[in-house]
Amino acid sequence: MRRHGWLRLPFWLTYLFLYAPIVVLVVMSFNRNKSPYTWGGFSLDWYGRLAENDSIRTGLVNTLIVAFGSTVLSTVLGTLLAVGLARHTRSRLLDALSTLPAILPDLVIAIGLLVFYTAIKLTLGLHSVLIAHTVFGMAFVTAVVRARLGGMDTSLEEASRDLGAAPLTTFVKITLPTLAPGIVAGALLAFTLSLDEFVIAFFTAAPSEPTLPIVIYSMVRFGVTPEINALATLLLAVSFTVVIVAQRLTRLTEALR
Amino acid sequence: MTLISIDGVSRRFGEVTALDSVSLDIRQGEFFALLGPSGCGKTTLLRILAGFEQPDTGSVRLDGSDLLAIPAHRRPVNLMFQSYALFPHMSVEKNVAYGLERERLPRAEIRERVAAVLETVGLTAQARRRPHELSGGQRQRVALARAVVKRPRLLLLDEPLSALDKKVRSEMQLELKRLQHEVGITFVVVTHDQEEAMSLADRIAVMNGGRVEQVDAPADLYERPRTPFVAGFIGANNLFTGKVTEKGLEVDGLGVLPAPAGPVEGETAMLAVRPERIRLDPVTEDQGVLRGRVVDVSFYGGVSHVALSLAGHDRNLLAATQGRARVETGAEVVIAWDADDAALVPTEVSGGQPS
Amino acid sequence: MTARQPARFLGKAAGRLATMGPGFGFLTVFMLVPLALVLSYTVFRRGRFGGVVYEPTGENFTRLADPLYLDVVIGSVKLAAITTLLALLLGYPTAYLIAKLPARWKVIALVAVVLPFWTNFLIRTYAWIVLLNSEGPVNSGLKALGLEPVKLLYTDGAIVAGLLYAYLPLMILPLYSAVEKLDPELREASANLGARPARTFWSVTLPLSLPGVLTGCVFVFVPSLGNFVIPELLGGGRRIMVGNLIRDQFLKARDWPFGSVLALAVIAVLVLLLFAQAWASRRAGRGA
Repeated sequence: MRRHGWLRLPFWLTYLFLYAPIVVLVVMSFNRNKSPYTWGGFSLDWYGRLAENDSIRTGLVNTLIVAFGSTVLSTVLGTLLAVGLARHTRSRLLDALSTLPAILPDLVIAIGLLVFYTAIKLTLGLHSVLIAHTVFGMAFVTAVVRARLGGMDTSLEEASRDLGAAPLTTFVKITLPTLAPGIVAGALLAFTLSLDEFVIAFFTAAPSEPTLPIVIYSMVRFGVTPEINALATLLLAVSFTVVIVAQRLTRLTEALR
Repeated sequence: MTLISIDGVSRRFGEVTALDSVSLDIRQGEFFALLGPSGCGKTTLLRILAGFEQPDTGSVRLDGSDLLAIPAHRRPVNLMFQSYALFPHMSVEKNVAYGLERERLPRAEIRERVAAVLETVGLTAQARRRPHELSGGQRQRVALARAVVKRPRLLLLDEPLSALDKKVRSEMQLELKRLQHEVGITFVVVTHDQEEAMSLADRIAVMNGGRVEQVDAPADLYERPRTPFVAGFIGANNLFTGKVTEKGLEVDGLGVLPAPAGPVEGETAMLAVRPERIRLDPVTEDQGVLRGRVVDVSFYGGVSHVALSLAGHDRNLLAATQGRARVETGAEVVIAWDADDAALVPTEVSGGQPS
Repeated sequence: MTARQPARFLGKAAGRLATMGPGFGFLTVFMLVPLALVLSYTVFRRGRFGGVVYEPTGENFTRLADPLYLDVVIGSVKLAAITTLLALLLGYPTAYLIAKLPARWKVIALVAVVLPFWTNFLIRTYAWIVLLNSEGPVNSGLKALGLEPVKLLYTDGAIVAGLLYAYLPLMILPLYSAVEKLDPELREASANLGARPARTFWSVTLPLSLPGVLTGCVFVFVPSLGNFVIPELLGGGRRIMVGNLIRDQFLKARDWPFGSVLALAVIAVLVLLLFAQAWASRRAGRGA
């Protein structure tokens, strides 16, 4: 560190930049004042108001339905795809195709699906968002599981075949358990991404069934209310906990290997 | 004439003492080797000479002026890295020209010197290639050319032959010697491989546990080790520890063994006898000091190795004879050597024991 | 024996179909077909209430040259480029220092970079509304110092701040892995050959980490171009970026063909940058 003295300034600036807005939000959420900008003493009022807000509650339920559904679908499809890519083909084109949804801008996926749903005259609803989220969720699960497969010894599977296990038995008894940490990590990733996803949901959700990010968007667009500070703080707490737990979990599973 | 003078240099990393007050002189124009097992401190010493590491105490002088005060990039010292550290994004000639460009030499001169050094190492045809397109031996030549072209006062070589296969090694070995002769630069090679050091260097410093055990020409190190570590580390040796008496070395359970005149009588010392100095005779009457039984005979073409067990000694004795051995496994033999062919090493001087 | 050969072949085909079939089937229907539709819409006339009329035309492309839209494109490229540059200037030293930290601190520093990224994107944008508001903490601070409050919100600067905040972690992560991979001996070799630290940076460290730099730039520049939320919430809708334009063509103006052309332009930029990245990776070469 001593030798890189002048590099420290941008280094600390980065962390200040990343955390200052978050700190301000959290502090403001405990502010008694109606104006969200000046301090009027400690209060939990806004958390109470938040609990009574119906649109947030329905938004949250919708989001959870979409996130659970798309995570299950993404995990199954993505895991199978990763195994297939690693064990049954050498095609770089297929490899690239599997990661394309993660690289494409969300807006492009969003308008593509809007155009497609309209063309096949599909009624929009939670199912259309769920499918849309599976498109990119699957790409992330595939990437994470594939990375894990890359580090996995193929001789394990060969040993299983050699000892008389059929391909399906080998897959269920050997491949899947070895991949478990990767699958869990991929599923967690898909879940959090879906929870937070706004752009694609905005284009593919029915106006009557908005997800939580869409509800937040309309609240933010029509003005600042301290309730959002409270909501933001809660969401921050959830995200931070999930990330830190996931971090601990992966380190734990690494240690158990 | 002394080029580099290292005086009382120590370096600690936390709990580990990498160098423990090392003092050494390296002469102008010689091929010098730092030899020792891994962890002996030789790499730390090399990095101090190159300027990547600073000693905690001690001084290093080059031509009498303080080398430690000069930052790494301004020292007239160049290093050939063990990994070669060739810049992967530059061609061979760009790699070689890199150091000259830093001296802001005229372009024509850079071109000339790069072409000349590539000619010397036989890589003119590969000048435009990238490092990953070269064989291991070729990469090493590039690394060597890149360091030599700067015409440093001192060229450091970190395990120069370790990454090469056997055939290329012996070629490179000759080439290094020829080059050193040609350019007249002082070479310091760091290695754990005694054959490499013995065949290349004019003088060798044997290091162990952060200390310099002995500095000598290869033949002197071999024939006259001055510490138990050197006796055990350099070449194969038969070692006995005992008390110095008028007639030789008195070893418990073996009697008095033939030994040259050496340290003060009554002190503990180590006797080192090279396998090729040992004579094996058939048992006749009661002649000879030692008797042993042949445990194993192995034939290596030019020489044969005979392993012998001695009553009263826990280690097998090794003898080497020219051509085919005249003894057979199981035979009882008389073991003998001339007192002057063995070396007597005082054990009190150094704490280092061969493992 | 002969009967087993086709069985083995079938077994292989079955394995492929069972593993990759569902995934690629899904991607074909819900990604490739939609993309193909968008692509095909670029050459048709707009329908009156959205959708298209299947009459070939080139006018969707020529409209890109309309000064009205050209300004939007140039303006958004400018803002996205400034954001990318700032991300690089902050991100490179940060990534470089993280790579030099002891292993324990390295993990903590990396998690700390990623953590804000895992919080809701709208919340992160909202935080900047609060921060930059005329009565917000920044202006309160200025007032407390006896200075005039400055208009911060609803400016191009606010958009850049928001975009930077949204995508900075995506710059730092590839930079970190590029710098981490560098062999420290290459820097030592450079110093040993007489290069000062600054020269070593320009001649060795930077060229060898260029693939990471370009990956980071793709990750910041492309989504910045396509973002429509931040220009709307932090720019107050005054500055229209390509993302806003695309959204409006699909959800307001109902001009799907022109929207498709704009989306195609964003994809083209992405592909171009990915090619540049691949070129830089090749040039940096495999390790020596």
